[in-house]
Amino acid sequence: MQPVFTIMRLTFREAWRRKVVLLSLVLSILYLALYSIGFGYVTGRALAGNSHGLMVSEVQNTLLLAGLYVVHFLTVVLSIFVCGDTISGEISTHTIQSLATKPISRWQIIIGKWLGYSILMGLYITIVGGGLIAITWLKFQYLPSSPITALSLLLLESQVLICLTLFAGTRLSTITNGVTLFLIYSLAFIGSWVEQIGSTFNSPEAVRVGVISSLLLPVEALWRRTSYTLQPADVSPTHFTPFSAFSVPSVAMIWYAGAYALVALGLSIWNFKRTDL
Amino acid sequence: MVDFAIDTNNLQKTYGDKTAVADLTIQVQRGEVFGFLGPNGAGKSTAVKMLLGLVIPSDGTAKVLGMSPGSAKALRKIGFLPEHFRYHEWLHADELLELHAELYGIPKSVRRTRIATLLERLSLTEHAKRPLSGFSKGMLQRVGLAQALLCAPELVFLDEPTSALDPFGRMLVREVIHELKASGTTVFLNSHLLGEVEATCDRASFIKSGRVLQTVAINENEQQCVRLSVHTDTLSDGLHRKIIESGAKFLSIDDKPGSYGKRFELSVADDANIPAIADAVVQSGGKLFGLTPHRISLEETFLNIIGHEDSGQ
Repeated sequence: MQPVFTIMRLTFREAWRRKVVLLSLVLSILYLALYSIGFGYVTGRALAGNSHGLMVSEVQNTLLLAGLYVVHFLTVVLSIFVCGDTISGEISTHTIQSLATKPISRWQIIIGKWLGYSILMGLYITIVGGGLIAITWLKFQYLPSSPITALSLLLLESQVLICLTLFAGTRLSTITNGVTLFLIYSLAFIGSWVEQIGSTFNSPEAVRVGVISSLLLPVEALWRRTSYTLQPADVSPTHFTPFSAFSVPSVAMIWYAGAYALVALGLSIWNFKRTDL
Repeated sequence: MVDFAIDTNNLQKTYGDKTAVADLTIQVQRGEVFGFLGPNGAGKSTAVKMLLGLVIPSDGTAKVLGMSPGSAKALRKIGFLPEHFRYHEWLHADELLELHAELYGIPKSVRRTRIATLLERLSLTEHAKRPLSGFSKGMLQRVGLAQALLCAPELVFLDEPTSALDPFGRMLVREVIHELKASGTTVFLNSHLLGEVEATCDRASFIKSGRVLQTVAINENEQQCVRLSVHTDTLSDGLHRKIIESGAKFLSIDDKPGSYGKRFELSVADDANIPAIADAVVQSGGKLFGLTPHRISLEETFLNIIGHEDSGQ
């Protein structure tokens, strides 16, 4: 297992040396600060307007969901951008040749990189997503239901993307990998909205389109499940926002996403073993 | 049974309709410095990659140090300087070597000394703490050579090892190859620089269109092709036939009017064949005025085998 940890540390060092960690950290702190200030103003205004408790908590929930939606979207972008180059870039620049001719297996290279990027993305989601929840709880005494489940779903979302990006990287060039994954994401995004809107109009066909698009890339479905776990149980339909889940993906979709990530990781290893470098 | 460092039989690689390597059949002795010569695009790098497990062969068999190419056990004893010597440019030179030493599984207690020795040997000590992004191509190639030697290899593949080096760097690489040979390491030198191969190799194979055409000895102490300038009174059909039968090849015949007798040039496999040419002249009833041997340079051999018309571009 030693080579796996060596490759994992190499991904950490790369992220650090390329200033990805530093810039992400600085901008994340800025983001949390901005969120905290904005959240304070809005909550203050809601309380000053003598709104009743339920109204205030709905406003706070909307703001939290908006904040976490940004984390979800950045998870998509960062997973594709940061991991997109790792295999395909090293193949095209031939950097991989000096690694692959060392006494290590190719699966160890893939697993090392996967572990490295998983930990980096995990830290990002925990710091920023967890930071948002911590701010609303500690500063404004608002704690949504199931925050740990919500963060776990975001972590699973990053896993789906990291594994798929690694797999695509063993077959496609960096630019094609990035473009393809964003296009697949756009299909899942629009499919998700077709499902959401379709469900409010009781259109089973529209819901089916959404489910099929989620099978292609279950990222938006996971976000909707995240949103659902954070929504208060007694939220009224009139208070649904663009960040709310009208059509809630089933638990089976979570299992599907987990299996999807595992299969994508397995395919990355299988394909990388067969690739001429 | 001879234990070869490299032993391949009809190794092939095709990409769809395109054949990169048609037939690689070579045996490289342990401790030998073996040159692999051919024009650009002849399939040299693909052949090396197959021997390292980077490219999966389409057909044929290969053993490297008696093991399957690309197996972890074999790679533990193999060093490789790639033709495209690109490394993680955000690493410092010593960090790159530390990384590769770790991947080789070299114990920590040995690593530091070995890295320091290699940096010193390749004149990189003062650049050890600098990021590779600031390195010239020549320096990168020297760092690449250092990482190829980290495991104290039994077999080293050097793919165009001096392509980016200045004359001093080239001399340094030659010295390193001589040191490797002295220590019993097998060196597989993939190059199209004939002078480099001539100066360092014991034998060389010539590859063209993915096929090994001929393997020749290069070391001065061993036999190699000889060019003979011959001057006789005549070149009868009988003499012509006897010369061909002796295994020699006609390179040129001087038909200029006015010159006394016949002058022609032959290529013979080695010095031992020279008396046979003199015998052939005498037995065919001719008079021998001159018989001058010239050792054929590797460049001439290359052109004779590969052909003048093939630039390989």
